[in-house]
Amino acid sequence: MPLTPSFGRILLAGLLAGVLAGLLAGTFAYFAGEPRIDAAIAIEQQNALAHGEAGADDELVSRDTQKHVGLLLATSLYGLAMGGILATAYTLLRRRLRTGSDSRAAIGLAGAALTGVILVPFLKYPPNPPAVGDPATIDQRTISYLAVLILGLVAIWAGVLAARTQTQEWRRATAGLAGFLIVVAIAYVLLPTINEVPDNFPAVLLWKFRIASLGTQTILWTVLGLAFAGLLNRQAVSDTAQRIAAKS
Amino acid sequence: MPKAQSVRPLAIPAISTRLLLTAAGVVIVLLALAYLVAFDQGALSRSGMYMHELMHDGRHLLGVPCH
Repeated sequence: MPLTPSFGRILLAGLLAGVLAGLLAGTFAYFAGEPRIDAAIAIEQQNALAHGEAGADDELVSRDTQKHVGLLLATSLYGLAMGGILATAYTLLRRRLRTGSDSRAAIGLAGAALTGVILVPFLKYPPNPPAVGDPATIDQRTISYLAVLILGLVAIWAGVLAARTQTQEWRRATAGLAGFLIVVAIAYVLLPTINEVPDNFPAVLLWKFRIASLGTQTILWTVLGLAFAGLLNRQAVSDTAQRIAAKS
Repeated sequence: MPKAQSVRPLAIPAISTRLLLTAAGVVIVLLALAYLVAFDQGALSRSGMYMHELMHDGRHLLGVPCH
């Protein structure tokens, strides 16, 4: 089935913006995150040796490949996927976003995703470097992570609905924030608390890893939103130029 | 080159069953791609743990629970 012409165009803009965002986020992750991962893996191997396990097991993929090709591949594929999903959401929701500006709509959607999919999960389940986390609980942690991610999006939706019950600007902002925070608070209380940081894991290393991870994800969604808005604007400008040319 | 204020918002396709089906298909494929990066351990990629290990660092830095 061929794509509807205009959906295909918007989708392409999203995919392109996503790859660009993924590559930039991956570059940041390489410089800010890789030194922390190396340090954490060193601790992981020390721990393994101390427990009498084989230190460096036969690696399927070398550390060098993981750090360069693997990292950029992961962030750009992830960016591609998020870019396409953002473009699809934009196409389906554009009429419901009450703004005449395409850029505001695009950047607003990306900002909502950054808040719901990144910030809300980050504060409940901050990401962990190697050597932190019990492999036995990975399934439970994965389910909790997906649950908080979905609830983050529900919270955004609740905030928008609450804001739209009001007409004055300050009341809209207050109601929106309240709707968002109520859902986030309920989610945080109901979801299980997870703390698997070993007592002897360096606090500074953990902090630096988590900040690097937050930076990577923030860059991905910020660049994605801005680049997507820019590409849409290019299309709108070229359409307008064609319309003017057709008239004259 | 038209002036910024005269640029009309981009035309958006009308919501139709066909558009919704296309959109659903696109989202499923892209979620599968995100799954491949974030969670797959060979079930989808059929590459054993190779893809999983290759993208190990990205998974950690994208905030996904890893191990």
